[in-house]
Amino acid sequence: MIQHLWSKLTDHLDPFLFAVVTAIAALGLLVLYSAANETMGRVISQSQKVVVAVVIMIVIANLSPQFIARFAVPLYVIGIALLVGVALGGEVVKGARRWLKIPGIGNIQPSEIMKIALPLILAWYFERHEGSMNWRNFVVAAILVVIPFGLVVRQPDLGTALLIGASGFYVLFLAGLDWRIIVSGAILSAIAFAAAWEFNWLHDYQKERILTVINPQLDTQDAGWHTIQAAIAIGSGGLFGKGWLNGTQTHLEFLPEKHTDFIFAVYGEEFGLVGGIVLVVLYLLFIGRCFVIAANASTLFGRLIAGTMSLLFFTYAFVNIGMVTGMLPVVGVPLPFMSFGGTALMTLFIAVGIMMSVQSHRKLVNS
Amino acid sequence: MSAELRNYDQELFWFQRRLSLAAVLVVIGFLILLGRFVYLQVIQHKHFATLAEANRIDTQPEAPNRGIITDRNGVVLASNYSAYTLEMNPQKIADLDAAIDEVSKIVEISARDRRRFKRLYDEFRTNDSLPLKSRLTDEEVARVAANRYRLPGVEIKARLFRQYPFGELASHVVGYIGRISQGEKERIEQQGLTASYKGSDYIGKRGIELSYEKELHGSAGSTEVEVDANRRVVRVLSRKPSVVGNNLQLSLDIRLQKIAEDAFGSKRGALIAIEPGSGDVLAFVSKPGYDPNLFVDGIDTESWDALRDSPDKPMLNRPLQGGYPPGSIYKPFMALMAQELGVRTASQTINDPGFFRLGAGHWRDDKDGGHGIVDMVKSIAISCDTYYYQLASELDIDDWAGFMKQFGFGQKTGIDIDGELPGILPNREWKAKRFPKDPKLHVGDQVSLGIGQGFNTFTPMQMAYATAVLANRGVAFKPHLVKRVQDARTGESRLTQPSPAYTIPLKQAHVDVVLKGMEGVVTGGTGRTAFLNAKYTSGGKTGTAQVFGLRGGEYKASQIAERLRDHAWYIALAPMDRPTIALVAFVENGGFGAEAAAPIARKVLDAYFDPALLDAAIRKSVSPAEALASASLQREVKRAR
Repeated sequence: MIQHLWSKLTDHLDPFLFAVVTAIAALGLLVLYSAANETMGRVISQSQKVVVAVVIMIVIANLSPQFIARFAVPLYVIGIALLVGVALGGEVVKGARRWLKIPGIGNIQPSEIMKIALPLILAWYFERHEGSMNWRNFVVAAILVVIPFGLVVRQPDLGTALLIGASGFYVLFLAGLDWRIIVSGAILSAIAFAAAWEFNWLHDYQKERILTVINPQLDTQDAGWHTIQAAIAIGSGGLFGKGWLNGTQTHLEFLPEKHTDFIFAVYGEEFGLVGGIVLVVLYLLFIGRCFVIAANASTLFGRLIAGTMSLLFFTYAFVNIGMVTGMLPVVGVPLPFMSFGGTALMTLFIAVGIMMSVQSHRKLVNS
Repeated sequence: MSAELRNYDQELFWFQRRLSLAAVLVVIGFLILLGRFVYLQVIQHKHFATLAEANRIDTQPEAPNRGIITDRNGVVLASNYSAYTLEMNPQKIADLDAAIDEVSKIVEISARDRRRFKRLYDEFRTNDSLPLKSRLTDEEVARVAANRYRLPGVEIKARLFRQYPFGELASHVVGYIGRISQGEKERIEQQGLTASYKGSDYIGKRGIELSYEKELHGSAGSTEVEVDANRRVVRVLSRKPSVVGNNLQLSLDIRLQKIAEDAFGSKRGALIAIEPGSGDVLAFVSKPGYDPNLFVDGIDTESWDALRDSPDKPMLNRPLQGGYPPGSIYKPFMALMAQELGVRTASQTINDPGFFRLGAGHWRDDKDGGHGIVDMVKSIAISCDTYYYQLASELDIDDWAGFMKQFGFGQKTGIDIDGELPGILPNREWKAKRFPKDPKLHVGDQVSLGIGQGFNTFTPMQMAYATAVLANRGVAFKPHLVKRVQDARTGESRLTQPSPAYTIPLKQAHVDVVLKGMEGVVTGGTGRTAFLNAKYTSGGKTGTAQVFGLRGGEYKASQIAERLRDHAWYIALAPMDRPTIALVAFVENGGFGAEAAAPIARKVLDAYFDPALLDAAIRKSVSPAEALASASLQREVKRAR
């Protein structure tokens, strides 16, 4: 009985993927302890969330991709409905309408649901039209992308909107979207961005953030402060870092958001270039494994969803580290599996669960 | 079916190709990140390490304690005390008036505080915080601290304040300090003293505080601390203590000063008393004075305007900056010169008919009918104008000016406070330069000069110095207010004036005649009434200097506007056998020297020779202030430990 339960738990667990993710999460807890000035409160809270997320991951890993695909449409519809709800009556925090208060559940951020729901519905949609895909399917898919993208842009949350857009694009790209459309789309986006800049469609704070990346000294107090202090933290870490718990930028409160979005600055200060390489290698191993799963997936749905998730993991890691090291604008993207916070962690582990489901149900389908 | 299969295969093929492409992009992306790490952590490591240190370490300047000023007996005239001030940083506040209103709900802010803050703000326009209210009580400090969240840009700071316990007394000597202005900041930079002044907000503006700034200020120390992002101190890394300023001991006797200032009452004028054998200035009065404490935390506009625009000119340092004709107090020096130049002997007499006539000119003596037969001693004692009209008409003006120059007339005495004016000692060259249309100095001009009128313009300081040199029989000591400079840490001290500056080669018999004449003033001349029953011997000379030339007509003091009345002078030296004090008393528009100035000199000399009177002067009036001063001194000592 117990053996049965154990095999049920482990049969669908990808040991490699699980090991790497656990390693990154453990590293995250270590850094979190330092970022929390050597207190256990946040570490314990985060550990509990990791445990819950892992349980959910295992549950999802045990579901077949076909079963998961059934959730695609309802999840997407619910996600859109919640986004509309946010637009109508969301909580305004720092000038943006991103949160929805639902009695009994609390505050939720519907854009987070979309990060999973959009790839799911697209993968589901393309599988339904497998073998007979034409340009009309891509138009429908594009509409499915544009609706949530537009709603999130209007919150306004350009960063998340771009990530949602990216997840949609990844599915289209992997599904074989014509290069000519991709190139012309890229050109159109560039023109649209230039126009948005020129005609002030962007909010001032959004422009400011973008400008700040180009020259952080522009605004040393607000937007630039994050970037400058993070760069100082990472740069002063040097080759081997200042050592765990010894980061001066961290412990003297120079780093903003050091538990959440900027946790990599803490890591970079205390563990240096060597630590940075270790983390990048861990992510590479993790994403590499995801690519293998995607390549070996037996169904189109499985291929598309696994490929998209792989690229999304990369995107989150790249955008977060890029922003913390001052290469990209400051947008609210947590570092996968390391940043403090439950919502993103849950989304990520659900995605890992889907990866494992795709991987572990491959043979079943084949046979 | 096969078409569909091919389609499947093609889709799989596309997918694999695109997945490979994506994998390549992922690798490139991570390589970019690694490149960024190398750039930040290897190439730019030094730069960022420096920035991190700069972030972490804050150097807090520590302003030095300013040296203490005492009188010759150690009575404190200027000291420091530490107090809490409420400061506002205009940079961090959008609406200053509203912010002050908000503060005034918590701590009482007087109208004067408001005005003073406005003036400071207009004057300095700095990025630093400026004091709104000083000397907060502990309770007020607690209340502000509790409401701090409501008051952005408002802070409480512990600062050292300068205090002048005697207020107006000797204000023109001690002077005051004030906030460092832009011009002074530049001067500090030019002199390479920026490091010494780190953290100092105040600098000497007037008097001793200004002229001895270098001694008094000391140099700043600093504390290196580790701070967090809110600039809160986490721990102290290293400390370089500040060097306290040197203490100054003045030659001034504050008791004598007090008696002299009281003797003036509400009159305007000056009094300087000098110890002839050392150049020590014992008293230095300029009336009216001002309260230097008003300036310490910045004076408000109205108080400043009142001081500046007052017709009594309280900010004018009369002993150094007031130029007046000396009147008859010039006569002893004329008499000495007549002998030295061989124009008169002591026994030569004239018959004074009450006037002097030369060509078309006619000069009246102040006594109708004249003084009769007058020799040199009597000419001084009774102040015979005719004697000096005649003498002056026989002299060469350049020889005359050359002789008088030795006594310091028409030039700065070099006393150790800034702002001294040279005055005018007329000679041919001066006349030609000053009056190009009438370049010749006429004999008629000389006649007026002979009784100390006309172009003669001397400062009271010059008169006091000349009197001191005369009292010391030609041996001149540079007058000085600071006697001793004491290093507050080592206790070592040095005297400022060790030896005589120069000696005028005078025939002592000639000096004897002049001193005898001056003694005659007191015993039977114009100063007799003022010095009746004095318990010591003294010599003097009264003087009454015309503010403008009276062209005929009787002089009726009561009918002339107060500002046009004559200036009253009196010079004195005592005791006669070996003078230890020489002084000048000057009352602006005081009228007759014998009536207005001589009694003031009498009071000062009486006290000088009577320790009981001296002690009484200060016990009576200043003990509370003194107590305050010593209390704050103790507090300061505690702080220093």
